[in-house]
Amino acid sequence: MSTPKLVQGYEVVIGFETHAQLSTNSKIFSRASVAFGAKPNTQACAVDLALPGTLPVMNQGAVERAIQFGLAIGSHIAPKSIFARKNYFYPDLPKGYQISQFEIPVVQGGEVSFFLGDEKKTVRLVRAHLEEDAGKSLHEDFIGQSGIDLNRAGTPLLEIVTEPDMRSSEEAVAYAKELHKIVTWIGICDGNMQEGSFRCDANVSVRKPGGELGTRREIKNLNSFKFMQQAIDYEVRWQIEQIEDGHAIQQATVLFDPDTGETRAMRTKEDAADYRYFPDPDLPPLVIASDWIERVRSELPELPRAMAQRFVADYGLPEYDATTLTQSKAMATYFETTAQACKQAKLASNWIMGEVSRRLNAGEIGIEQAPVSAAQLAALITRIADGTISNNAGRQVFDALWSGEGTDVDALIEVKGLKQMSDSGALEKIIDEVIAANPDNVAQFKAGKDKAFNALVGQVMKASKGKANPQQVNDLLRSKLG
Amino acid sequence: MTQASTDLHQLSVAELARQLRARKLSAVETAQHFLTRIRRHEALGAFVDVNEETTLAQARAADAALAAGSAGLLAGVPIAHKDIFVTKDFVTTAGSRMLAGYRSPFDATVVTRLAAQGAVTLGKLSCDEFAMGSANENVAVPAIGHSAPEPVRNPWDTSRIPGGSSGGSAAAVAARLAPAASGTDTGGSIRQPASFCGITGIKPTYGRASRYGMVAYASSLDQAGPMARSAEDCALLLSAMCGPDPDHDSTSLDAPTEDFTRSLNDKLDGLRIGIPKEFFGEGLAADVRAAVDAALKEYEKLGARLVPISLPRTELSIPVYYIIAPAEASSNLSRFDGVKFGHRTKDYTDLLDMYKKTRTEGFGDEVKRRIMIGTYVLSHGYYDAYYLQAQKIRRMISDDFQQAFQQCDVIAGPAAPTVAWKIGEKADDPVANYLADIFTLPASLAGLPGMSVPAGFGANDMPVGLQLIGNYLQEGKLLSVAHQLQQATDFHLRTPGGF
Repeated sequence: MSTPKLVQGYEVVIGFETHAQLSTNSKIFSRASVAFGAKPNTQACAVDLALPGTLPVMNQGAVERAIQFGLAIGSHIAPKSIFARKNYFYPDLPKGYQISQFEIPVVQGGEVSFFLGDEKKTVRLVRAHLEEDAGKSLHEDFIGQSGIDLNRAGTPLLEIVTEPDMRSSEEAVAYAKELHKIVTWIGICDGNMQEGSFRCDANVSVRKPGGELGTRREIKNLNSFKFMQQAIDYEVRWQIEQIEDGHAIQQATVLFDPDTGETRAMRTKEDAADYRYFPDPDLPPLVIASDWIERVRSELPELPRAMAQRFVADYGLPEYDATTLTQSKAMATYFETTAQACKQAKLASNWIMGEVSRRLNAGEIGIEQAPVSAAQLAALITRIADGTISNNAGRQVFDALWSGEGTDVDALIEVKGLKQMSDSGALEKIIDEVIAANPDNVAQFKAGKDKAFNALVGQVMKASKGKANPQQVNDLLRSKLG
Repeated sequence: MTQASTDLHQLSVAELARQLRARKLSAVETAQHFLTRIRRHEALGAFVDVNEETTLAQARAADAALAAGSAGLLAGVPIAHKDIFVTKDFVTTAGSRMLAGYRSPFDATVVTRLAAQGAVTLGKLSCDEFAMGSANENVAVPAIGHSAPEPVRNPWDTSRIPGGSSGGSAAAVAARLAPAASGTDTGGSIRQPASFCGITGIKPTYGRASRYGMVAYASSLDQAGPMARSAEDCALLLSAMCGPDPDHDSTSLDAPTEDFTRSLNDKLDGLRIGIPKEFFGEGLAADVRAAVDAALKEYEKLGARLVPISLPRTELSIPVYYIIAPAEASSNLSRFDGVKFGHRTKDYTDLLDMYKKTRTEGFGDEVKRRIMIGTYVLSHGYYDAYYLQAQKIRRMISDDFQQAFQQCDVIAGPAAPTVAWKIGEKADDPVANYLADIFTLPASLAGLPGMSVPAGFGANDMPVGLQLIGNYLQEGKLLSVAHQLQQATDFHLRTPGGF
C-alpha cells in the first residue's frame, strides 16, 4: 500500500455503507410492485401496510440478486443466513420494525478493486445483507402535518458495507463509482441515484498517521458522486478544525446540505436507539443450496475487470483504454462490436474515447442513445484504415452521421467528395507541377533543409484539395526529388 | 319445526354434516337455530360479533351447493371463529380497544379453508386481549348484548372463568352455541380452556395451520386449531384447516393435507403412553389428579401400556415461555401505533405524544406488561442473558421430548393443574396465572401437537381435561387415541346445566 495522502498532517479514514435497490418487479416480502413514481400509497398492499394477520414471504429474485453480487465480488455466500427485526417507531415504518439481517448476513467478505489514476486500489467488504426499505415521510405540502407514502415500504435493498479502507475522498468516490458499475453491470440494480436506487452513507474519521482510529461521523444518503466528494471534503476539514481547536469528535450521524456545502449533525450517539435486534420468527433461516449458487455463477456475465483484462490481451489495448471502455457494459459492447467489425481495435478505442465520448458528454446522453451506431463507426474506421479517406475527412463523415445528415458512410464520402486521391498518375502530375513551380524549395531541400520538404508536401496537399493521401505524397515526392 | 331441529344443537359436527348432506336439515334452519341460542345466552359473553344477514347468506349458499351436489365436507355446518382471526364479514378486535371496530380487507387462511368446505360462520368469539391470558378476563371489548367488557363465563359454573385465551370458543362450544369453533394456542390457549369447559381441542404441530390472518401474539408459538365436543369433530375440522400456505406464511409446513378421520378407529393395543413424572408433582390438584388417573386406567383397559418418562425441564418452560412470547409480542404489537389503523388518541401535541397516548389508551394492563417484559429481554445488554438463554433452553426442552418419544408413542398428563377458578380469583396476580400454564407450555415451546380431552369432573363438578401430546405431525394418532377414550366414556357428551 502506498503512503496515504495527508490532509494538514491528518490521515483520512473512510468506510462506506451503500444501499442498492434490487431490480426486482415486486417487493422483498410482498407482491406489490416497486415501480418508481406511482401515486402515493397505490403500491402498498396489506403486507406493506402491516395490517393485522399479514406475514412476510421472501422474494426469491431478491436472494438471487444478492448471490449474483456476492459472486461478482468474490464473497462467501452464506449457506444459511438469518433475518432479524430492527425495532423502532417511525410513521413510515409500518410494522414498527424493519426486517433486515444482523448477525448472519447472506454475503460475507469480498473486495472491490479499481484504479485511482494509475494506482490500483482494493477495498475490502465486510458484508452485504438483504433488507426492506421504509416508506417516505413527506413534510412539505401538508401544513402542520406530515404525509406518509408507503409505496417504497418493502422495496428490496442490498446494504453493502466496507471496511474503513479508503484514505481520501477521491478514493471513496472511485470506490462508489466502481461499486455502482458492478451492480448495474450485473443488472441487480438500476443505479438511478436521483430516484434513490443507489444511496451511500460515508463513515468518515481522521487521525494522525499511525494513531488509533478517530471517532467517526456518518454522512447519510449521499445520492450523487459530486456531493459525495464535497461532503467528505467538508467533513474532513471540519473534523480537523475541531481537533485542532481542542474539541473531541462526537460520534454522530450527519446530513450534507448541497446548498451550503456543509454537513450538520442529525443525531449524536447519546440519542442512538436500542434497536432490540432479534431473529424474525416469521421467516425461517434463508438456506441457499450450493447448486443454486453454481447456477447463478454459470449465468453471471463477464465482469468489468475480467473484460478489461481481456481487452488488453485480445485487442492489445493499453490498460488505460481497457479500463475506460469497461466503465459500462453498453460502452464495452459498443467498443467490442466496433472493433470486431473494423478489425482496428486501437483506432476504435481512440474514436470512442475521443470523438464519441466528447459528443456524449456534450449532449449529456449515454452510449445507448448515441446516433452513430457501432456498425457505422466501424465502417468509418475501415475507410480511414484502408486509406479511402483521411482522418480529417473521417471527422467530417462522423459529424454528418451524428447530425443525421446521412446514415451510409460510403455514400457520405461520395457526396462530400472526401475520397483521397488514389490515382497515382493524377497525383504525379500535381507533384510535377509543384516541383516545377517551386524551384527555391526544391533547392533548399536538396541542400538538406527538411522544412522545405514539408512546404512542398503542403503545396501538393493544397493543390489536391486535401484529397491526396499524405503518406503517398511523401513517398512520391521523396522518390522524385531523389 | 322438524323433529331434528329442536335439539340439533346437541348434534355433533359429523352428524350435522350427515343430516345436511342427506337434506334432513337445511343450512338455513341450522344457522337460525344457533343464532337464536347465541342471543338467548348472551349473558355468557362468548360472542363479540354476529351478523345474521351474512350468516344466513352463507347458509343459503350452502343449501344451494347441497342441492346442486357440489357441496364441501362441512357444507352448512355452523362454526364460530375466535376473534383473533381476521374476517371480512365480521369485526376483528383481538379483544382489544386498539382494534375496536376494525374490519379486515381479507379473511384469515383458516377462515377461508373452512369456508371452502362450506362451513357457515356464526360470528366472532371473545378472547383475551391479543390472546394474552389464561382466564379470558383480559377483555377490553364488550360482548354482544353487553355494554361494557366483561370476562367470559364458564357454562359449567357461570361464576367461574372458562380459561383462556380461547375462552369464548370453549364456552360457546360447551354451551352448545356452536357445534365447533376455531381457537389459537400459543402456550395452551386451546387446551386449557377446552379442559376447563369439558370439550375437546387440538393444537396441531407448529406450521400445520397457516398463521396468515391470525393477529400475531408470539409468532414462533402461535398455532390455530379446532375446538369441538369430540375428537371426531376435531378431526373433521382439523383436516379442513391444515395445509401448506407458502404464498402467505413462510413458517407454514410443507406437509400435505390429511384426512385425520381415517385413523380414528385405530385400536390402542400395544400403545405406549408416556407419563411424565413432572406433570404429577406437588402443584397438581388432587381432584384433577384423580380424574386424570381414572382416564389413564381406562386406557390400560383399552390395551395401552403406561410408561413412566421424564421431561426434566418442565418447570423451566414457564420462564422460557414468559421471555420468548413477550419478546416476540413486544415487536409484533409495534404496528399498533395509531398511524395506519385501529385506535388513535384524540388530542396530542406531537408524534411521540400521539404514540404514547394511543398505546396507553389502546392496550390493556396485561398487554402492556408483556410489551415491557419483551422490550426488556431484547434490550442491549440483556439479550444474551434472557432471550438467547431462553432459546437455548427451548431447544433442550424439544430434545427432552425427542428422548421421551424413544420410549413412548404419545404422552399423557393433566392439561392444567386445577379446574377452572372463580372470576376475579387470580385477576390481580399475573404470576399465579402464568404458573397455571405449566403443563401446556412444554409442547408449545417444542412445536408439538397437543390436545385436551374431557377426562371427568373434579371439585364442584368442574370438568377436567386430559392432555395428550404427540410427536411432530402425529395429529392423526393423537386424535385416534382421544377418540378411543371417547368411545369408552361419555364425559364429552355431557351438557352443562341450563344449556
